Amino acid sequence: MSFTTNAPFLYALAAIVILFVIAQSLFFLIRAYRQAKMLNMDTRQINKIIASTALFTIAPAVSILLGVITLSKFLGLPLPWIRLSVVGAITYELPAATSTATALGIPLAETIADPKVYSAIAWVMTLGIMPSIILVPLLLRRIQKGLVSIKNKDAKWGDLFITAMFLGMISAFLGMVFADIRSGLPGFIPIFVLLFSAILMAVCGLLIKKCGLKWLENYALPISMLGAMAFATVITPIIVG
Amino acid sequence: MNKIDNNKSNKTADNNLYAAQSHLYGKIWIWTAAVLLLFVPIAICVYYDAWPGFQPVFKGLLGVAPIFWTVGTIEVITFTPMLGTGGSYLGFVTGNLTNLKVPAALNAMEAVKVKPGTPEGEVVSTIAVATSSLVTTVVIGAGVLLLAQLTPVLNSPVLQPAFENILPSLFGGLAVVYVGKNWKIALVPLLFMLVLFLLVPSLASSVGILVPVGALISIGAARILYKRNKL
Repeated sequence: MSFTTNAPFLYALAAIVILFVIAQSLFFLIRAYRQAKMLNMDTRQINKIIASTALFTIAPAVSILLGVITLSKFLGLPLPWIRLSVVGAITYELPAATSTATALGIPLAETIADPKVYSAIAWVMTLGIMPSIILVPLLLRRIQKGLVSIKNKDAKWGDLFITAMFLGMISAFLGMVFADIRSGLPGFIPIFVLLFSAILMAVCGLLIKKCGLKWLENYALPISMLGAMAFATVITPIIVG
Repeated sequence: MNKIDNNKSNKTADNNLYAAQSHLYGKIWIWTAAVLLLFVPIAICVYYDAWPGFQPVFKGLLGVAPIFWTVGTIEVITFTPMLGTGGSYLGFVTGNLTNLKVPAALNAMEAVKVKPGTPEGEVVSTIAVATSSLVTTVVIGAGVLLLAQLTPVLNSPVLQPAFENILPSLFGGLAVVYVGKNWKIALVPLLFMLVLFLLVPSLASSVGILVPVGALISIGAARILYKRNKL
């Protein structure tokens, strides 16, 4: 069987995986929506959540698409499409492909023509992310039981515990923004962008509280994120030159 | 009084049933996803009669597995309490948790003013993760179909800084909401990370491993403040 990285067979595999992801997402969305009604939650509020989440997702999704385009230069389109639609992220898939190609002594400078190299890369990409999939069904109940027992002992501490976990994550990413400042002014660009995003969010907060713009509550995060991304396109050429 | 008690116990029973079914359906979906993921390389090997052998795969895995298996395990422990049952079973299949699913879920719960781990939080988180997964799939699908037209636009030097700065753009806004509300808890892990990244900038490439470090410091700081009645 002649091999190309964009063969119809590989597109068929991609279609199966994409359809699976859509089916699973729809299944959980519909179930949760029905449960929201059962809980007498305001459906207009839920619809707003869906709209704001969709808006918020577009920019990161385009960034994921850029990852697909990057990987497609040597893996063709179907495999990166599969990988970045399930579990994967460019930060994992690219090192996985590079590591395998290096192990096989093949440069990742041009499209892969050997199906054995291609399948080796597909295996490494797949096996490398398996713990995330396998551990969820094995550990989720235990983790939840642990949290319930913390909450039963002390409800306030239970809430603080989850908040603290999330703040730990935010701290790691906020700290990372400062990693390049020793490289000079261009290294400060992520900090300026972060501050601009924070200012936009603070302005949204003021508009919600002082001007009563309640609808902004759902859209403050997409606005601050997209605004800061636009700001990055303006300041980068000025700083870098 | 009895009627109110009955309503309450009915509601609790409904929530318990929903939670139990979420685990059952979630397990079916996630194990099917695991099989489907393994099916992809197997199908490629069978169709092209191109089995790579154990050694190339092992060597390739050696370069990434130690880090990514560790990060994967850490993510399960750190993110499942925030995502809830449905959000976890779905989010861990569709991926991109740190930059997309977790912020989407927490932002949605914040907007509706519900907390993770409650029946309402569970529902809102699942809806956010599902919506985000669907939109991502549609955007990538549309992008792949329109690749020839979109590539020059997406790769244009004008837009490049926007995508290079997606994480600061996201976490700046999130910081105002969460750090602003809980600055006492956030202070210690933030200072720690700031100093760490200033001293060892190369750690930026393995930020995933530092997430649980930040979480542990943050939990420790919260516990001390809580015990001293400062929260």
